[in-house]
Amino acid sequence: MTTKLNARHRLIPLVSMGIPLLSVIGALGIGSLLLAAFGANPFVGYREMFLGGFGDIDAIADTLVKSIPLLLVGVGICLAFRTGVVNIGGEGQILAGAILSTLAALAIPNTPRVFLVPILLIVGGLGGAIWGAIPGALKAYVGVNEILSTIMMNIVAGHLLSFLLEGLIIEPGEIRIQQTKRLTENSDIPLLPGGTRLHFGIIVAVFVAVVAYVVLKRTTLGMRLRAVGHNQDAARYAGMSVQNNIVLALALSGACAGVAGALLVFGSESHRLIGEGGAAAFTQSAGFNGIVAALFGGLNPLLTIPASFLFGGMLIGGIEMQRAVQVPSALIIALNGIVVIFVVSSFRLKRKLEQAMTSSDRDRA
Amino acid sequence: MLTIKKRARTSPAVLAMSLFAALGLAATGCSSSSESTSETLAPEVTTEAAVETTVAVEPFRIAVISPSAKNDSAFSQSIFDAVTRISETMEVEIQVSDGLFVVEEAAKAIRGYAEDGFDLVIAHGSQYGGPLQEIAPDYPDVAFAWGTAVDTFGLANVSSYSVRADQGGYVMGVIAATLSAAKNIGVVGPVEVGDAKLFVDGFKSGVGSKDPDVKVNVNYIKSFGDVALATEAATAFVANGADVLTGTAQMVVGAIAVAKAEGIPWFGTQSNQTALAPEIVVASQVYHWEVILATIIADVKSGVLGGKTHIATLANGGLVIEYNDAFKLDPEVKALADKTIAGLADQTINTGVK
Amino acid sequence: MWSEFFTVSSLVVVLASTIRLATPFLFASLGETLGQRSGVLNLGIEGVMLIGAFSSYYAASKTGSPWMGVLAALVTGCVMGLLYAFVTLVLHAEQGISGIGVFLLGLGLTDVLFQRWVGTPIPIDGLDPWNIPFLADIPTVGEIFFQHNPLVYLSVLLVVVATVVINRTTFGLNIRAVGEAPDAADTLGISVNRTRLFTILIGNCMAGLAGAALVLPFGTFQQNLTSGRGFIAVALVYFGAWRPIGAFAGSLLFGFVLAVVNQFGALGIVSGATSSLTAMAPAILTIVVLAIVSRRIGQPAALSKPFDRNG
Repeated sequence: MTTKLNARHRLIPLVSMGIPLLSVIGALGIGSLLLAAFGANPFVGYREMFLGGFGDIDAIADTLVKSIPLLLVGVGICLAFRTGVVNIGGEGQILAGAILSTLAALAIPNTPRVFLVPILLIVGGLGGAIWGAIPGALKAYVGVNEILSTIMMNIVAGHLLSFLLEGLIIEPGEIRIQQTKRLTENSDIPLLPGGTRLHFGIIVAVFVAVVAYVVLKRTTLGMRLRAVGHNQDAARYAGMSVQNNIVLALALSGACAGVAGALLVFGSESHRLIGEGGAAAFTQSAGFNGIVAALFGGLNPLLTIPASFLFGGMLIGGIEMQRAVQVPSALIIALNGIVVIFVVSSFRLKRKLEQAMTSSDRDRA
Repeated sequence: MLTIKKRARTSPAVLAMSLFAALGLAATGCSSSSESTSETLAPEVTTEAAVETTVAVEPFRIAVISPSAKNDSAFSQSIFDAVTRISETMEVEIQVSDGLFVVEEAAKAIRGYAEDGFDLVIAHGSQYGGPLQEIAPDYPDVAFAWGTAVDTFGLANVSSYSVRADQGGYVMGVIAATLSAAKNIGVVGPVEVGDAKLFVDGFKSGVGSKDPDVKVNVNYIKSFGDVALATEAATAFVANGADVLTGTAQMVVGAIAVAKAEGIPWFGTQSNQTALAPEIVVASQVYHWEVILATIIADVKSGVLGGKTHIATLANGGLVIEYNDAFKLDPEVKALADKTIAGLADQTINTGVK
Repeated sequence: MWSEFFTVSSLVVVLASTIRLATPFLFASLGETLGQRSGVLNLGIEGVMLIGAFSSYYAASKTGSPWMGVLAALVTGCVMGLLYAFVTLVLHAEQGISGIGVFLLGLGLTDVLFQRWVGTPIPIDGLDPWNIPFLADIPTVGEIFFQHNPLVYLSVLLVVVATVVINRTTFGLNIRAVGEAPDAADTLGISVNRTRLFTILIGNCMAGLAGAALVLPFGTFQQNLTSGRGFIAVALVYFGAWRPIGAFAGSLLFGFVLAVVNQFGALGIVSGATSSLTAMAPAILTIVVLAIVSRRIGQPAALSKPFDRNG
């Protein structure tokens, strides 16, 4: 009896990942129609996408690098959503973290690398936390809808980036490019051994995910956040400050994105902050895509790890697909949108199945 | 209970699929009008060994990576047009990865083409320099060209190219000053950096050299896509008394529409904009990168993979002022413009822009 | 420079521009108001606006008639509405996130279609202004208010229509009922999902029209043409306290801010990097305004909550 019960329980993560996976496959099915419509062979396209994302050790390394910001933003999304707060502000929080950490790197370039890298990651987290705490406070104390305020904070951060890179911290030179100079080598995120471009950031991201999981599951802080997310009135009745927890959740969520921003600057191949081509050129839209990764992982920080890897592989593979079958890269954005719609639509089915499984267990127990 | 719910859910799912399928089919049906974009198709799988042995007999293989769409009537199209013109004069294979405004994604594509053994990989975006500096040393046998830029990082396999957009701006500024009876000119721009800034600064300098009393106002609208704002910017200029307009980047089509409606002369840049409004486009400054690409390709074929900086100017034909014959320009003004072009070419005139 | 700004002719420029720039906001926020009153949050209107904008450009350039553009925007808006209704009403997808999905779909799809089907964005013959007889001839006032394209007048007319529908019709009563107390409405025999289906369809058609209003008077399409206007339009619904007249006021305010920033640029009052700071104005204003109005009035009780009779 007990073994059966456990087996059933073990199936739940399968459902949690399986249903989103099926819906992604469904979305890719629609995508193949789009590909065919634009004169590309979907089979060749998807094969190249798979090979580009997971085909060899370099592809996997690229995918892992791509998944770093997705995972960090995704973990932040888990924290916020579990508290009942919708954080669409990942883009702005990434930028805030990137800007603040870049300013720090420009201010103290001679700090030894062992100190500078951790300092910059913390400063980046701080930047993101501030950018998240503002809409958090506005929601908690003034009642401003956080979906809208976080979107507006994204726009503000984008213009702030453009402003700074049009003058104050622009690379000196004949041709004005919206980017900083190459930042100090002391700020370079160390590469992991193996000869690929995979850097230490992946360890940071996975570490953050594990910590977030433990915090949510095993600490009073996590318990409070989940209580607020579950039922604000009950949480209030139990003596918790709903308002403080909302601010905290968005600040933590922003901090994760801010660390991602710092890693995007100091872990990039160009080792600098780039604003040329708009804010999305720098963030790689990870602020939006991280939401998908988190949903994909069922808002569980641990499951968000494989989810980010898969989704990162899809995005990296998309570049190879574009190269191979010569479709406009915007098609990947459209495909993303379809994936989001499919994954989010499959949620109720997933929830019902999970509920059915746990409740039947409970009945038997 | 569960089964009933399940059945209730299946039929909408089927409905969704068929809705999507219908949308997809609709798209397929309409796409017949779309032009085919792929050039010579590359072999689907290329091993490094194969490339090394076949590189001498294969056509010259060029890859282009650009930040916006290759048919954007602006920056990215200028390089795409150039490689197309190159393909008319010699045997080449061309592959394009456009719309890669995310620098790290462009880096991936640059590496991919280098890995595939392309003869020349063109990184057509100033912002691609950072990654290129890291990538190029890993592929010493591949030639890279980077623009618009003036730096080769001291690497033997990187060429850089840029354009004196200020020269064309200067010439058009001189013409514009003569056309503006109200002594009031408006310029619509995106962000004050790169070629856009060079062009605008050259234009202002040209206007000032002809007639210092002419007022030139520049409105940078902070967007490459916001046509409505570009249109309102032009409308405001006109309402404030401007009688000549120019502008740079994709969204200015809205401003061109205003110029067209008001019958106000317009100056184009980056590609020939006459087709957008044949009645009012006076001239366009057009980049002819093929002049520079031809030099780079000749170098590569003779074994020199880079190390040089190339600049498109009025003198070397990399930069051309293309007049719109339908716009009746006073012969005297035309003569003045030609004199200015000659002066800039032999360096007796300086735009004063640095 | 500042003295140039405070002249009658400059103010006429700013105010006329205000009205033109307010129109897309108004269409989109009116539609969203209706939807939210029935309990549906649609964050996807940015994407629907893009799709409406592209289809109106494409149809108008192929047929030569801007009115075909209007029709195309309505049709594609309606199709997107069906999709959104299916996803949110039948599948009960989280409304905020699925809206982001619709946004990404619209952003990517219109970009691809524009590159493949259009390429060079030849300006179309847009909607010409209709000068209202007599009124258009009034000095200053006529120039500001009565020399606009027909979509401007239509949007203002729709403010009245929406107000009447919400407050004076059975359909409006149903909308309010399912937005505030869907369970009670259901008990009274009002079909919650059918009511919401209609508001979603209307809202998406209006978003499509908003896209058309960004193309037809201005003459062309570009990728990311809307530049976040759809999201601001959603914020305007909150600003307007879920009333059409409030959405109208909010749209005018935002049009005004954009027009003032634009005139600052045109007169050289701000230039270079500083204009990045003034470009923040609409977003910051949205936050400030939301902060001021949010506590004053409650949102529809069932907003963004899917209705499920079985709980």
